Amino acid sequence: MTFTDLMPASPEIVLLLMICVVLISDVFISDDKRIVTFWTSIASLALTAWSLFASAPEARTLLFDGSYVSDPLSQLLKLAAVGMVALGFLYSRDYLKQNELLRGEFFLLGLFGLLGIMIMISANSMLTMYLGLETLSLSLYALVAFERNSARAAEAAMKYFVLGAIASGALLYGISWIYGVTGTLQFDQIALVLEQNPAMNALPLWFGIAFLIVGMAFKFGAVPFHMWLPDVYEGARSPVTLYIASAPKLAALALVLRFLMEGFGDLHEVWQGMIMVVAVLSLVIGNVVAIAQTNIKRMLGYSAIAHVGFILLAIFTGTEQGYGAAVFYTLTYVIMAAGAFGMVILLSRKGFEAEAIGDFKGLNARSPWFALMMLFFMFGMAGVPPWVGFFAKLNVINAVLDAGFPGLAILMVVASVVGAYYYLRVIWYMYFETGEDTSVFQAKLDTRAVLSVNGIAVLALGIMPGWLLKLCIDVIQ
Amino acid sequence: MIGLNHYLTLSAILFSLSVAGIFINRRNLILLLMCIELMLLAVNFNFVAFSRALGDETGQVFVFFILTVAAAEAAIGLAILVVLFRNRGSINVQELDSMKG
Repeated sequence: MTFTDLMPASPEIVLLLMICVVLISDVFISDDKRIVTFWTSIASLALTAWSLFASAPEARTLLFDGSYVSDPLSQLLKLAAVGMVALGFLYSRDYLKQNELLRGEFFLLGLFGLLGIMIMISANSMLTMYLGLETLSLSLYALVAFERNSARAAEAAMKYFVLGAIASGALLYGISWIYGVTGTLQFDQIALVLEQNPAMNALPLWFGIAFLIVGMAFKFGAVPFHMWLPDVYEGARSPVTLYIASAPKLAALALVLRFLMEGFGDLHEVWQGMIMVVAVLSLVIGNVVAIAQTNIKRMLGYSAIAHVGFILLAIFTGTEQGYGAAVFYTLTYVIMAAGAFGMVILLSRKGFEAEAIGDFKGLNARSPWFALMMLFFMFGMAGVPPWVGFFAKLNVINAVLDAGFPGLAILMVVASVVGAYYYLRVIWYMYFETGEDTSVFQAKLDTRAVLSVNGIAVLALGIMPGWLLKLCIDVIQ
Repeated sequence: MIGLNHYLTLSAILFSLSVAGIFINRRNLILLLMCIELMLLAVNFNFVAFSRALGDETGQVFVFFILTVAAAEAAIGLAILVVLFRNRGSINVQELDSMKG
């Protein structure tokens, strides 16, 4: 193996080298110049994105004895993950500075988490997947607790840690059974072995798959394994919540697609029922419980659970159309989620977290432009045309209808209508109620510009969804 | 003669014990961390048993990775535990209830 053979893995290699540079340079920087770490982190992300383009292989390439795969799907998801992390860093800078939290750990743990996400996206064996997952999870646990003197953050981190560790345990137990039955760790080999030996499709394998799905549902935050998600969203600082709500969802999607699409694509009937139960419960409980929330971060947490229900129902169909719809839904959802948490960060200032939904009261009088941006995000998540969330939901409903489940399609429409209530409530507060808070935003021009671009993207993607949709279908084939 | 099934049964018992320990224990977080370790060790047991039965070393290599990750996980878990104790003065599981809804 020569150096050029490693080219397809260069995004991860470049990122890891740059993390070392950031880590070492951060040690030599005094606290008042900490902003340098921010800029080196942004530079690392830019370099990683560049190497993604520069190293893109023309066809599916396997590396490291088949443990690592570089294919169009991984390119698309990795690019989105790098973009989301960059967005999160840009939104967080002013907030962290004002709250005296501008420390190197935030950016370093964010970059290490991104490394884990990229490894998961490119995993072609269960071992690579597990190592990527742990790189991501361990960074996230530390990130949640990174505000050292907050009891609430520590409590959220502890809950996240314990439930995340149980999820890893369940996932590993499932992996051990799958390994025991098929005798291999690689996803494509598993599919091949199962095709050649139909007799393997029996109870021990199903046992493994069941544990696998429990682990996945935990990581995705799907009901009934969602207990950690609202607490972590509420307890963590807003920039950390933004991070958790965006890029790791792409990793969770990769986890599900690599296992269920590539590994067990032919055993569709075996996992279909389990995924359906989890998805329907998430859809219903996420939407209903979100209505009762008064804390916007918690509300967006329950809304994330409902969106996960949609993504899992798209995967449940087991068709290429469904997988493509799941990729499209996840990509557009993370853009909207990053924007919505970006608004929460924008409204906060030193010593004040804009956590209550009531803090959005009278936003239109304070800043008509950002009230409009929040309206874009809320309409997008609610699925109002022509915002992009509408097409994402429509694709999933189409895929479910084509797979022959009209009942589920009706349930999805009803759940969306119920869900629209709590998104519209935020809009009602912004435009038709007056708030006590009339202070001016303290965010800098670049944060405002990025937030505006993010909001306009939600509308523009909704007006022209065709190219992204085509891309999502292409990368699946 | 002890065969594969015996190993798998023992591993399943250990795994169930650790899950039960996590959900039944309402008092001490340290015990929770111990249960998490036990869970990963039960999985290791499974891997080694399967690896031996299949005559394939991959499973044993996987165990080395799990052991390494488990060490890192314990370090992070204990670090969070220290932060929690400093801020709240207690590591009682039942008192972790400041967020509701």
